[in-house]
Amino acid sequence: MANPSSTLVAGLGRLKSKDTRPIWMEKPKPAIQVSKAIALVIICFLALYPLLAVLATSLSSQSEIANNNGLVLFPKEPTFAAYQTIFAGGVVTDALIRSLLITTVGTALSLVVTVAMAYGLTRRDLVGGRFFLMTALFTMLFSPGIIPSFLMVKELGLLDSYAALVLPTLMSAFNLVVVRSFFMNLPQELFEAAKIDGAGDFRILVQMVLPLSRGVLAVVGLFYAVGYWNAFFNAMLYLNDDKWPLSMILRQYVLLGQPMGDSAVAEIAVPSQAIQMAVVVISLIPIVIVFPFLQRYFTKGVLTGAIKG
Amino acid sequence: MSSNSQTLTPQATPDVGGLAPVAEGRRRGRPPAEPAAGQGRKKSLMARIRRDKVMLLLIAPGFLYFVVFHYVPLAGNIIAFLDYKPYLGFVDSVWVGLDNFAAMFQDGAFWEALRNTLVITGLQLALFFPVPICLALLLNSIVSNRIRKFVQSVVYLPHFIGWVIIVAVFSEVLGATGAVPHLLESLGLQRFDAMTTPEFFPFLVTIQSIWKDAGWGTIIFLAALMNVDQELYEAAAVDGANARHRLWHITLPGIMPVIILLLILNLGSILSVGFEQIVLQRDNVGPGAGEVLDTYVYFHGIQDGQWGPAAAVGLVKGIVGLILVLGANKLAHLFGQEGVYSNGKSK
Repeated sequence: MANPSSTLVAGLGRLKSKDTRPIWMEKPKPAIQVSKAIALVIICFLALYPLLAVLATSLSSQSEIANNNGLVLFPKEPTFAAYQTIFAGGVVTDALIRSLLITTVGTALSLVVTVAMAYGLTRRDLVGGRFFLMTALFTMLFSPGIIPSFLMVKELGLLDSYAALVLPTLMSAFNLVVVRSFFMNLPQELFEAAKIDGAGDFRILVQMVLPLSRGVLAVVGLFYAVGYWNAFFNAMLYLNDDKWPLSMILRQYVLLGQPMGDSAVAEIAVPSQAIQMAVVVISLIPIVIVFPFLQRYFTKGVLTGAIKG
Repeated sequence: MSSNSQTLTPQATPDVGGLAPVAEGRRRGRPPAEPAAGQGRKKSLMARIRRDKVMLLLIAPGFLYFVVFHYVPLAGNIIAFLDYKPYLGFVDSVWVGLDNFAAMFQDGAFWEALRNTLVITGLQLALFFPVPICLALLLNSIVSNRIRKFVQSVVYLPHFIGWVIIVAVFSEVLGATGAVPHLLESLGLQRFDAMTTPEFFPFLVTIQSIWKDAGWGTIIFLAALMNVDQELYEAAAVDGANARHRLWHITLPGIMPVIILLLILNLGSILSVGFEQIVLQRDNVGPGAGEVLDTYVYFHGIQDGQWGPAAAVGLVKGIVGLILVLGANKLAHLFGQEGVYSNGKSK
């Protein structure tokens, strides 16, 4: 137990095999089993209820919300009116498209830069290798601060451009370490053999390393994508409202309750609670869709990659 | 607890301590990957650069990124010593020495922000920190693989939801018309709006953090729990130790090193609260309760244009934070842990 990383690696191996109760373990008393089951149900309820409440409200009519004093558990007559209003075109639709584009382009760029640097750093006796690695790692220890970062973006002339949402957060040193560790744990003999056969470094990366790394790329890609999707502060700092992504729309119209621009919902100045919650649901959908799909990689990919160092 | 709003980092921290090439070669017991020719270190620098040119080209964009968006702005902290005016720029703004720092210590709002920061991080340490441990113990005791995996999926999910969404969701549940005030009222208690009550703000922030990240935080403890020697349990059970005895004398001592390590690392980041989380909700309760150091820098600097004084606060916070993190790491070493540099985002 002296070393937490070996702890984690060894622990993960056992994660799968532990399925049945060991012989020596006595069957717990019914009272304990029941209280455990209740605890689990409560935990799942606490985790999921807020999301379900949002969904229920978004599917309710304005009159039903008003009749229930704002609280709807199960809409009696579910209606998609709020979603129809939103998707009729206007602010939210535009922001949704922008957010999807920013997330896609940003994630692709982040992955390319991260993979390239991580692969370059796998060569042990690389010229300046240690210097490059330390340059990246030290960024985990400090943050330059909000004001200097803001002035940097301003000096580069990136104010009010989409690049201001992507470039300042292009890469995280953590993800770099995860990918590099994964690459270094691949069987190096394969690549040495390919090198003897005359394959160049770049060809080995594209044709051999990347196909073997789908899991870790999926996880790191998810981290980047979630980061871009959820980010609002850079948009708040750098962009005018005609370029806002969905997260800023959410802040403006749901958290601050400001009226949506005339093109969005002409007849309602202040968006109704159902419409507000529908915007929340729309922001949640990509996360909820992608999450189960990638979940199997988490414990495997992230941890084993991150901790073997 | 995070200072950096821009990175997304999972709970597990990378084992940076083991990254030094020397340690790696030793640990992995494998000779360094030499080029096919096998001439290694004796090659001249130019020859090595020629050999590595593809690798160096691949590194270049990432290296450039770190320099431009991390190291150059770091040098930009010089603004803390200037009476910075945007129209004058760095070169022509007047050098004022330590005036901005002196102003900082005389500013009541700064002390208020510092106090709020420490109250919130202290509360998170007391209330948040034990939750993932208890949750991991509970999950670990579930025999059925399917139930455990299901619960894990459910509690991991909120980690991936952004703060804007979380604040909106919490307003829906805890806000004036939400389920919780309704519940309080039907229990005969006084209803209150948890989103806008200043006294409740530190608790609100902590509850939100628990909802978002307690599940994700179990990952590291679950892995540690899985690694406790199963034969110890068997031997103890044969000797008549019941479940409570085993928990107390085997499980808890077994994961104690990981608990201590994470506790130390969290102590190292007590000046950092989730910036995005607070900046979204500060105006609900006013700066008296909702201002923390990071939001102070943002509102006083970028919003009100007091660039120099705000940058001074940011710089002091950054330096003290760095010292705390390095000190925490040193402390972890003393406890026999391998150095784990965290970027302060362990919550």
